[in-house]
Amino acid sequence: MIRDITLGQYYQTDSVIHRLDPRVKLAGTVLFLIDLFLIQNVWGYLIATAALATVIHLSRVPFGYIIRGLKSIMILLMITVVFNLFLTEGTVIFKIWIIQVTWEGLRTAVFMAWRLIMLIIGTSLMTFTTTPNQLTDGMEKGLRPLKYLKVPVHEVAMMMSIALRFIPILLEETDKIMKAQQARGADFESGNLFDKAKALVPLLVPLFISAFRRANDLALAMEARCYRGGEGRTKMNPLIYNRTDKMAYLLIFAFMAVDIFVGRFF
Amino acid sequence: MLKFEHVNYDYGQGTEMVVHALRDINLEIHDGEFIGLIGHTGSGKSTLVQHMNGLTRATSGQIYLDGEAIYADGFSMKELRRRVGLVFQYPEHQLFEIDVLSDVCFGPKNMGLTEEEAKEEAKAALKLVGLGEEYYTRSPFELSGGQKRRTAIAGVLAMKPQMLILDEPTAGLDPQGREEILNLVASLREQTGMTVVLISHSMEDVAQYVSRIVVMNRGEIAFDAKPQEVFRHYQELEEMGLAAPQVTYALYGLKNMGLDVDTELITLEDAADNIVGALAKRKAGQKRDEESIASHDILCTEATANEPCGADAAVSGEGKDSL
Repeated sequence: MIRDITLGQYYQTDSVIHRLDPRVKLAGTVLFLIDLFLIQNVWGYLIATAALATVIHLSRVPFGYIIRGLKSIMILLMITVVFNLFLTEGTVIFKIWIIQVTWEGLRTAVFMAWRLIMLIIGTSLMTFTTTPNQLTDGMEKGLRPLKYLKVPVHEVAMMMSIALRFIPILLEETDKIMKAQQARGADFESGNLFDKAKALVPLLVPLFISAFRRANDLALAMEARCYRGGEGRTKMNPLIYNRTDKMAYLLIFAFMAVDIFVGRFF
Repeated sequence: MLKFEHVNYDYGQGTEMVVHALRDINLEIHDGEFIGLIGHTGSGKSTLVQHMNGLTRATSGQIYLDGEAIYADGFSMKELRRRVGLVFQYPEHQLFEIDVLSDVCFGPKNMGLTEEEAKEEAKAALKLVGLGEEYYTRSPFELSGGQKRRTAIAGVLAMKPQMLILDEPTAGLDPQGREEILNLVASLREQTGMTVVLISHSMEDVAQYVSRIVVMNRGEIAFDAKPQEVFRHYQELEEMGLAAPQVTYALYGLKNMGLDVDTELITLEDAADNIVGALAKRKAGQKRDEESIASHDILCTEATANEPCGADAAVSGEGKDSL
């Protein structure tokens, strides 16, 4: 059930995009999002779509796999389209009773849906091609300047990677405790909402206790290895930009410049 | 009686990595049997027992409880789980109630018993595992490791199962705690007449208690026989990453050295007596003099000196060298 969600998961394969420095991918994603909100005409959208398609192709993540991630936002997408389509004032195309569709409405609805889809695909492409650890590494190094503003960048990044690391462990634990309680006749499926919430107590209490126990053990293990935060800490595989990364930056900026120019002034 | 017929279980279906966790399992467990289920980590033993109470559903094949197919329409999984009690590995991790008695009541209450009836069952179960009235109102989280485990076992016993499965009940306990739990299981069986399946990866643990051993290897049943017969294949067991009890190695070693010992013995005491007897017989055959009595005495004190590991290791080491 939880495993079926492809949105935000890593897709294991080897590609140019997978090998890129995580900072490039992070920056690229953010810039792509900004770009999506700056462009206003169909040409801008077409260029952005072409760029996205190229990246998808380079990443070697199957297109069907990416589309599956879109299912989770289907309802949001529908609502956006319906509201924009029917509630925008302007030149009326046709009108049935009180429902009317305008040119402006049609235009906003299409652009809005287009933008949302690209937004989701763009961001999920980053998580498909970057492991959570790379991502936090990239964030830690990329956000380093914030240190001067007294933001504990290393600590936040460490917390994030620990949290991500624990997700599969806690999932497994949940499965185990669920089975153990089912062996004692617990029923997690039937009953009304209140019954279901109550049935979760035998699952949540042991789960919390085990989470605390694990956190305790981990803290102890880290202390035992003299972990003292980010001060003076070095990395085994430090992030260093290579030529491909620099090229990628160049391409991203070129794309941004062209797309915003075309998207706003044509 | 519980019967497996051609049970297969795969997971990861639909992906490239299909794992055959169980392959064509045929197994009959008769009422009142005491079975040791042995296998290396990942051999499929835990998956196998999760089929016994319906927590995991077989990909193909059928399982019968007292002749009824459990995958048939209308067969109640709840009833199956009541009749086949499964105690998970580290069962103390499932405790959640504010006191011991309420926690043990959880199972019987799920089975539809009233508060009062559930309490009666819970008290009886706690008595079976040796936890007295003074524990009823204590929080399960402030008990010792062994007591927590007993509480968790009582939680399953309170449903009055006809068959009890314990998944590595001795994992993570010290030698004394291990002994206690194993003795508890043996005495439970004597008192209630339940069928018991004991999962372990240690032959030593189960050898002296069970009447039948089922060995799992890579999702298949490798051996299914009396302990003595299984231990005869100690070399094959080693290839599976398992080992026969130390006693077996010692006896086989001595036999290969030409001493007439009984290799079928399992307990340390029996083996010690047997070795002493064999030695005495050999001496008697050669010449009857005071020396035989002296060596008899030495072996006797060694064997009964309550240091099973030390004495064992010494003897088995010798035996292995001669192999």
